[in-house]
Amino acid sequence: MSAMFTKAMARNMFYGGTVFFILLFLALTFHTIRQIPQRIPGETPSPEVARGKMLWETRNCIGCHTLLGEGAYFAPELGNVYKRRGGEFIKVWIKVQPTKVPGRRQMPQFHFTDQQLDDLVAFLKWTSEINTENWPPNIQG
Amino acid sequence: MLQLPYKSQAVAKPYFIAAIGLFVGQILFGLILGLQYVIGDFLFPAIPFNVARMVHTNLLIVWLLFGFMGAAYYLVPEESETELHSPLLAYVLFWVFLIAGVLTVVGYLAVPYATLAEMTGNSLLETMGREFLEQPLPTKVGIVVVALAFLYNIGMTLLKGRKTAISMILLIGLIGLAVLFLFAFYNPSNLVKDKYFWWWVVHLWVEGVWELIMAAILGFVLLRITGVDREVIEKWLYVIVTLALVTGIIGTGHHYYWIGTPGYWQWWGGIFSALEPLPFFAMTVFCFNMVNRRRRQHPNKAATLWALGTGVMAFLGAGVWGFLHTLAPINYYTHGSQITAAHGHLAFFGAYVMVVLTIISYAMPMLRGREVNPERAQVLEMWSFWLMTVSMVFITLFLTAAGILQVWLQRIIPDPQAFMGVQDQLALFYWMRWIAGIVFFIGLGVYIYSFFAKDKPETVPTGEVQPATT
Repeated sequence: MSAMFTKAMARNMFYGGTVFFILLFLALTFHTIRQIPQRIPGETPSPEVARGKMLWETRNCIGCHTLLGEGAYFAPELGNVYKRRGGEFIKVWIKVQPTKVPGRRQMPQFHFTDQQLDDLVAFLKWTSEINTENWPPNIQG
Repeated sequence: MLQLPYKSQAVAKPYFIAAIGLFVGQILFGLILGLQYVIGDFLFPAIPFNVARMVHTNLLIVWLLFGFMGAAYYLVPEESETELHSPLLAYVLFWVFLIAGVLTVVGYLAVPYATLAEMTGNSLLETMGREFLEQPLPTKVGIVVVALAFLYNIGMTLLKGRKTAISMILLIGLIGLAVLFLFAFYNPSNLVKDKYFWWWVVHLWVEGVWELIMAAILGFVLLRITGVDREVIEKWLYVIVTLALVTGIIGTGHHYYWIGTPGYWQWWGGIFSALEPLPFFAMTVFCFNMVNRRRRQHPNKAATLWALGTGVMAFLGAGVWGFLHTLAPINYYTHGSQITAAHGHLAFFGAYVMVVLTIISYAMPMLRGREVNPERAQVLEMWSFWLMTVSMVFITLFLTAAGILQVWLQRIIPDPQAFMGVQDQLALFYWMRWIAGIVFFIGLGVYIYSFFAKDKPETVPTGEVQPATT
């Protein structure tokens, strides 16, 4: 690099640029957080949805599935599974796992109570109603 | 025995050894995962896929952190021209971090995840069960404690010594790493907000502050290996890290396309993340430029190879493979597919695995009391470089092929097919990926063997030209 451009100039560019873009990011974040309530079903998640999310997390579902495209890519997308399969199917499916079909990918049995299954479905239904800018492209996820 | 410039640099050694040990574990679990992709019930229910994946990704993060800490303990005393503030603290933290890491992995493997959550007080503060942040609460708290004590140790060393751009950039990166990890403790019941701030740990680590750590390590190694003027190297470093943060911070927006956040992120995220290859390209140019302008022929050829390899592979993995699917209209189809997995593998390997192996390659011979490794050891190490690098390229290519086919069958054709039906059709690519994984594992074996390889006396002339006999 040319001698005109000194180390001190490069350093100032680093600090100045970083601070500027952190501030810009914070401003965008502030705006986004204010927009989110209009993009989810209901202003805040209900207690059932919150409990469902906790079940989703403590069973590490994200370790195989994706949720809105994020997670592991081993098992189907579940952000829209409520729309694809409906609540009853989801409950029955979870109850009959693992399928034990030789060579098939297997999902563990979680021994959920009916209440827990309802909570989980409430969470998946809530998630399926988030405004995701029309992602995924089709119902297959 | 060669004397280290500062004897407290020796604390880096156990960090590097632990890093390599955990690396082996990571790859073993990677091989299990690769097999489960084609033999779905392999090791089920003993090690379900989700458990193996947690072990695979968490071990990666932990061993890279061991590598970063080892790198800091090695280079900060030398840069600051003073002994480390407290070598004892560094040793204590080593054992705390190693035991916490091993216990966490044992916890993942020994009990169901829900039981682990119950045992470790997840109900006090629900932080578990999010990708890469699966660690139980005590582990997360432990990470914060270790990070703070580590920063104290490094910070105090820097304060009393010389402050170079290399060590300042490293410190800013490490502080950013610790501060951003605090968002791991924020887990609102609103999934959109949860995801939004989850990326502040994940994206702002790997496409933000980790790039500072990487640049600092590369800068240090290149400075020592090439003997190029410090002014030149540090100017380059500032340019690289400026590009990294200017593109990477707003670039976070490429994760905000489809998770419930406003549509304008498709523009902000698209434009800025499309520029994210720039810092990596600058690193490639930097590496080659410095090696071409070298003022001495450093006898550690393996370290030079790793440094150049990092420059190239980070650009390919993080830069090119990231760019491939970063624009919103493309990402709409590729999001959450094997394309993402392909990018993840080459980016982590090319940038962070390779930069840690670079500093280990440079520092480890001296930590073991010799300037460089014997010739045969270096040759073996360079073989392992090629085996691991080429096989990782193939892993990436096979996953990319699988990803293209997956996207086509599941998301593009007029009558889209269901996920599992599509997965069955990808089996050929998954098998080839697994075979490439085996080659990678062989490469890792050669790498480890190279530490024990001996040959003739270790004295290699260090670039002094012998006068020709006349």
